[in-house]
Formats: sequence, structure tokens, C-alpha cells
Amino acid sequence: MAEPASVAAESLAGSRARAARTVLGQVVLPGEELLLPEQEDAEGPGGAVERPLSLNARACSRVRVVCGPGLRRCGDRLLVTKCGRLRHKEPGSGSGGGVYWVDSQQKRYVPVKGDHVIGIVTAKSGDIFKVDVGGSEPASLSYLSFEGATKRNRPNVGDLIYGQFVVANKDMEPEMVCIDSCGRANGMGVIGQDGLLFKVTLGLIRKLLAPDCEIIQEVGKLYPLEIVFGMNGRIWVKAKTIQQTLILANILEACEHMTSDQRKQIFSRLAES
Amino acid sequence: MAAERKTRLSKNLLRMKFMQRGLDSETKKQLEEEEKKIISEEHWYLDLPELKEKESFIIEEQSFLLCEDLLYGRMSFRGFNPEKLMLQMNAKHKAEEVEDETVELDVSDEEMARRYETLVGTIGKKFARKRDHANYEEDENGDITPIKAKKMFLKPQD
Repeated sequence: MAEPASVAAESLAGSRARAARTVLGQVVLPGEELLLPEQEDAEGPGGAVERPLSLNARACSRVRVVCGPGLRRCGDRLLVTKCGRLRHKEPGSGSGGGVYWVDSQQKRYVPVKGDHVIGIVTAKSGDIFKVDVGGSEPASLSYLSFEGATKRNRPNVGDLIYGQFVVANKDMEPEMVCIDSCGRANGMGVIGQDGLLFKVTLGLIRKLLAPDCEIIQEVGKLYPLEIVFGMNGRIWVKAKTIQQTLILANILEACEHMTSDQRKQIFSRLAES
Repeated sequence: MAAERKTRLSKNLLRMKFMQRGLDSETKKQLEEEEKKIISEEHWYLDLPELKEKESFIIEEQSFLLCEDLLYGRMSFRGFNPEKLMLQMNAKHKAEEVEDETVELDVSDEEMARRYETLVGTIGKKFARKRDHANYEEDENGDITPIKAKKMFLKPQD
């Protein structure tokens, strides 16, 4: 009884770093260090574990590993900076040792380059718009970064914009555009009239945008609607009537904490009425 | 007496450009070396061994795009958005859906009425002569609303 406690205390104290491979899917806490697969052979726990000799151990020595959100590089190891579950994705093709990241939950958005977000135009100044994206400072959006930008064809103060970041780091003001590198809008730009904008947690957005998400498929069968998801935790919905829009907003907000059975119940009830 | 003692010019003065034009190359080189010596004595440097930076094989990325294969964030279902761009964006992700329901009207009647209102003005402007352009003024939004025709003098019918 005293042994597991002492082992746990020892590992939590950080005296021994764990191998990232063994911790996949488990909860990790900030401050933990994780060993990458190549380093396990050198520093692995001594004991009865047999390590088969691999002939090409040092031949292809360094494989590029990407450490994603929630992790940092610390020497040769990964340092956890957010609490959550550790995930790994194998490299699809080509080089690379895959991606490690921490699946955490938060409400506050920090601008990241390449993210598609919904912003609210708050001010015009000089040649740019100031757009509130929920970060620490408003992002700047140039007048010309829309498809077919003309003097007439401009957003007004108070409009909703769907765009992506081109510059987003901790030292500079974030900049966003509504145009891709070829000059086409690609679905970005001013979001139309009516509809409802509401805020959810960042983890829910990622869950809803996962390729195999059932929630979106079920919602799409209810009635004609349009949804826009911003990675900054904002969702905009529009349906034919106000009541349908509100139902949709309530479902999306509530589905974070529902089990799939409860969700199916609610959907079947809605489909009847 | 005055010829015996030359006035001594300071080193800084001698280092100036206009004083060096008359000098020959040797004295110029000497002056440069002296300058370098002065700099190197005062120059601060770190007394550490040279650190070799190991090429790190861990790349830091803050974006979730690499990690998870997320869908595009703008979607429309059952033909709601008149542009129908949205359905095509995610077409490769979705399987083909059988169209059971009839497709809803793309544009509602109200929108058609609104559009025709301004259409009359636009087409009318195209065929109006230069003098009549004053009749077609533009609003702040760029909509063209035709002004009603001026009332002409009517002859009495007696």
C-alpha cells in the first residue's frame, strides 16, 4: 500500500521522466518531462525488460518530431505546459516522427497563425479595420484583403468577419486576412445578415470539427441551416426562423456536457415536433 | 625659434580624413594599426568556451491544424445558403447524400422584390442620355434609386 503511493509521489516529483509512448491517452500535468522513443534505450528503466538489439538504432538517428500545443522543447525532452490528455498522431507520409500534443480545455483564445476565426469589426483606423477576435488585443485587417475589394465592397463597423491569421505571435499585434494566398476568398469574408453569434469553449469547437463528428451530421438533418465555426470559440448559426436558430444554439452549447444517448433523445424529440 | 618647435597636433586630429590626404601609405597603415590596438584593448569579450549548438530535432508548433484533421469551419445544410459554396467545400469529406427532400427556394420572394426595385434604376441609367444622369442619383450604399419624373407644364384643354 505504501509502495504505489511512493512510486506515484516519485514520478510526480519529476525525478524520473516517463516515456511519451507509455503515457498516450493519459492525463499529464504541467511540469512533467516526457522522453521520446529514441531516448528510451539510453535512459530507460533498468530492470527485467529485455531490449532487443536494433541494428539501425543510430543509423537514422534523429527523426523530426513536432511538439504541438501544450508541449515545449526542453533539451532533448518534451516538457508539458498544460494539463490534459497526451495525444499522438503518426506521420502520414514522408519523414517525421509524428506529432505529440496535449488535448486540453480552455475558454480563452490565444491567436495562432493559420487559424480561421470569427471576428467583430470594432473600429476603422487609417487603412485597416480593428477586429475583435477574443484575444488580448484586436487584430488588424487591411481594406484590401478581401476578394474583389473595392471602395463600395467593404465591411462596416459591427459586421462579422470570417478570416484567418497571417501573423500571430506574442510580440506583435495579430493580423488577419479574408483571402488566401491565391487571392481567392475560399469561403472567408463578411458573414451575412441575421443569425446568432455565441461563445463556447475551444475544446468543443475542435470536437465538433472533427472529421467523424456525429453531432454535426445529426444537426444537419434537422432543417436547413448555416453554421460558421471560429477557432476562437465563437459559433454563428442561422436558420429560417428565430425559434429554429435558438434551438440550434442551445443544442450546440449543451452538447458539450451530454452523453451521446442523451443527445440522441433530444434529437429524436426535436425531429418529432 | 618658431621653426624649431613644431606645434604638436593631437592623435585624434591626425586621424581625421582631411589630415590624411597628404600622408603616404605607410604612415596611414601605422595609424590604422594603432587604432586597432586601441580598440582591441578596450574591447570586452566573454571568457567562455565555444558552445556547440546541437541541431534539435523537435519542432514547436502552436497550431492545432497539424495535430487534428479538422473540417472547414463554414458549412451549410439542405441548400440554405444561396451560393451553395459551402456544400462544395466539404464535399470531399462527406459521403454522397441522397436527396430525399425537395430543394428549397434559393432566393426568397422578398429578396427578389428588393432586387427588382434597384434593377429598374440600374438598367434605366444605362440607356439614359448624359443630361438625364442627374435623375439617377446614388445613395450612400451605392443603390441607384430613380427619381420621379419632373412635372411638366400642362396646357389647359380649352
